[in-house]
Amino acid sequence: MTTAAPPRRSDAPRTPQGKAAKFFDDRLNIAGPMRKQLNKVFPDHWSFMMGEIALYSFIVLLLTGTYLTFFFDPSMAEVVYHGRYVPMQGLTMSRAYESTLHISFDVRGGLIVRQIHHWAALMFMASMMVHMFRVFFTGAFRKPRELNWIIGLGLITLGLVEGFAGYSLPDDLLSGTGLRIADAIMLSIPVIGTWVSFLVFGGPFPGTEIIGRLYIVHVLLVPALLAGLVGAHLALVVRQKHTQFPAPGRTEHQVSGERVFPIYAAKAGGFFFIVTGVVTLLGGLAQINPVWLFGPYNPAQVSAGSQPDWYIMFLDGSTRLFPSWEIRLWGYNIPAVFWPTVVLPGILFTLAGAYPFLEAKITKDRVKHNLLQRPRDVPVRTSLGAMAITFYLILLISGGNDLVAKAFDISLNAMTWGGRIALLILPPIAYALTYRVCLGLQRHDREVLSHGLETGIIQVLPTGEFIEIHQPLGPVDEHGHGTLEYAGTPVPKRMGQLGAVSPLKHIRGFFYPVTEKPEIQAAIEELEAAKRAAVEAPEAERIEQEAKQAGDSELSS
Amino acid sequence: MSEHVTDGPSADELKAMSPEEVMVAGADADGIHILHREDRFPVRGTKAEKRSERAIAACFAIAALGGIGFIVSFIAVPFHWHMPGTPQNFKWYTPALGISAAVMLLFFGLGMILWAKWLMPEEEVAQDRHDEPSSDEEKLMTEATLSVGLTDTGLPRRSLILRSIGLAGGAIATVPLFALVGAMINNPGDKLHRTYWRKDPKLFPDTGGRVPMVYSDWRQVSPGDLLPGGLATVFPGVREVGFDGKNGVTSASSPTLLIRLRPGQKVKARKGQADYGWPKENPEYVAFSKICTHAGCPASLFEQQTTRLLCPCHQSQFEVLEDAKPVFGPATRSLPKLPLDVVVQDGVQYFVARDDFNEPIGPNFWDRKGTGQ
Repeated sequence: MTTAAPPRRSDAPRTPQGKAAKFFDDRLNIAGPMRKQLNKVFPDHWSFMMGEIALYSFIVLLLTGTYLTFFFDPSMAEVVYHGRYVPMQGLTMSRAYESTLHISFDVRGGLIVRQIHHWAALMFMASMMVHMFRVFFTGAFRKPRELNWIIGLGLITLGLVEGFAGYSLPDDLLSGTGLRIADAIMLSIPVIGTWVSFLVFGGPFPGTEIIGRLYIVHVLLVPALLAGLVGAHLALVVRQKHTQFPAPGRTEHQVSGERVFPIYAAKAGGFFFIVTGVVTLLGGLAQINPVWLFGPYNPAQVSAGSQPDWYIMFLDGSTRLFPSWEIRLWGYNIPAVFWPTVVLPGILFTLAGAYPFLEAKITKDRVKHNLLQRPRDVPVRTSLGAMAITFYLILLISGGNDLVAKAFDISLNAMTWGGRIALLILPPIAYALTYRVCLGLQRHDREVLSHGLETGIIQVLPTGEFIEIHQPLGPVDEHGHGTLEYAGTPVPKRMGQLGAVSPLKHIRGFFYPVTEKPEIQAAIEELEAAKRAAVEAPEAERIEQEAKQAGDSELSS
Repeated sequence: MSEHVTDGPSADELKAMSPEEVMVAGADADGIHILHREDRFPVRGTKAEKRSERAIAACFAIAALGGIGFIVSFIAVPFHWHMPGTPQNFKWYTPALGISAAVMLLFFGLGMILWAKWLMPEEEVAQDRHDEPSSDEEKLMTEATLSVGLTDTGLPRRSLILRSIGLAGGAIATVPLFALVGAMINNPGDKLHRTYWRKDPKLFPDTGGRVPMVYSDWRQVSPGDLLPGGLATVFPGVREVGFDGKNGVTSASSPTLLIRLRPGQKVKARKGQADYGWPKENPEYVAFSKICTHAGCPASLFEQQTTRLLCPCHQSQFEVLEDAKPVFGPATRSLPKLPLDVVVQDGVQYFVARDDFNEPIGPNFWDRKGTGQ
């Protein structure tokens, strides 16, 4: 016991995982930060999964996209087709189109990966937008999260560009038509339009450069930006911690839920596979973008019912609805295409980006918010959102108004005029309706808090009057009105939500009751008895005390 | 290593605790409070627990089977495309891959989620947010660090350096952009104001430079090819590569619609274009650019009954009898009209263009010349 051996020797880990932990901690000093991340708390709500779907679709896109680059050739060189798809034999087409056919018909499993890639892209855009709605309607964009709102908007914008570049790559008739329209949009920009178009296409449309340029935009530039912004978006969520809905016991200063390791990680990991599985199923069963049916691009041809992918359709719709208004000044033109395709999206995205700041300015709200709001509790914002979505949906439907006209045997011109009129009058109607619905929902919540739940039990009073008995949710005042404050949290609306419907104890088992082994049964009963005692003892004590207090006050009065 | 950093228990105290207690202490040290934590099966070995375990294991087993199914389908299901009328077994290939891979992925995901929901403990944990702004001390010290650092560089008083570095910074930011745009820039010149229909005496000396009209397979177009009320997509018969790197048939500016009117139909011509049809005096044939003046799609749907041309992209409609004037939709300009003429070769009449359109075809742009209405 004089000079003790270095304590490290006895402390040195013996297990392999212990040795690995020591290896890394000696070098990175990581034990503390790692534990904090493992214990990090994420709240749970179904609406929080929209962003997850977007993230997982993005991962699927990266994986399937990388696969596709092994087979796709972004060249506009003309070749004669000699692949397995007989109807195209001998046709002249670009290398890009030929290699897309090659992926679809000659590469084993190439078609399903192509289709998964396309479905994942549609899913990516859709989930980002629904996620944005969730963030908007619950007020999750408020201080301190305005920056993440703007990053999210950047992700949606880049997603639009990425999607357009991607579906233009096969150089088929449909996508070529889309590029032709993109060229017209560039040409429409005042002053520099023709130069922009010639710069992008390397000469007059279509030239021989555009597919190669879109390819590098699609596989490197935009994905790198997307990945960077996705990283920043998630880093801010980790840094600022997730918002959550208000509930009893929840405050602005804490986030409550489950820890990352192991429960949240298992659930989120499982959900990744579910999302991947769903897009795989779609890719396997639902045909998408069958370019071999469209044929190679030919500027002299177009097919009826040419629709872009759904997330571009609102721009197609705005272009269809915009009147034939063209500005001509001193021999110069601003074409009609300019307003619905350049100015309108510019305004829409600027408004969306400015919204958190506008709302804070108008409502003079300068504090931080970590608890969400229910849409009904902020009727103005909710109605503005409903108005915006209505506007967007009319544009989206108008992007396919020829298909609607065909399906319902309506005049195409009537669809166009209907869209123009609806665009002006439906959004305000949506605002008014949503506002009423929000107030109605709020009032019902307040009514339940004040008068209690409807039990469905009708009682006849001695006077002959019929009344329905209401179950108060908490203590009541001298008039029998509930004293619970309105707190912006869900209020139970049915007796079942109080656990007050079925008095029968649930019996386990399907055909016959489950019988456990005697020793297990005994252990279960022992545990249940202990639980009952833990609940009942304080309860009995409380009742006794209350009775005593009542007695005391009676005596004193 | 042994330095005691938290207010919590010491290492020796931790060693005396159960792992669960140590975990809770660790969470507490980071402001993470485990409010509620309950084993879902406090009594081990109940039937319910075993059933849950079996169901989750079954999910993983099914996932593995899905994977095997994928590999078997990948190899064994017929894959080569065959013409309709022959066995179409290959059409099961993609669905088989999709279903088997989806079974693998979905059941694996389901297994993980059920595992977390059924077997892992139920817990409610609250984490302190600590999202107050930095303390005044922190802010003051950081501010001082920044301002002293800035003073150290001398920039606030050395305005010469400040200005010159601003210039250099501007140059560094501009040069790459300049180089890129400079490399990509392409002068539009008159390329938007011309098509392959332009007269070329060198290429076509026999017709006085007038460009012959051909179909996409280079056959020449004769008036007799069309029935009354019929229409055809025609192209300038220029085989040489021209201003846009294409030829007369492949150029995006070329596609032209040749329409033969029915007896009795008459086109109200634009000013100065009364003789653009053929025959000049009482035109039976007229030709318009096929490229929509709105966004450049081919305006190719011809409704014979209403004599309207419809562009399927944004539904602009052009009335042929009013000289392809836009009558509905977002288009603002008539389709440019091609001046027609006929030459006789070996006793057969063939169409030629007298010259190019007298205005740019296709979508409008800022400095578009020409009168078009």
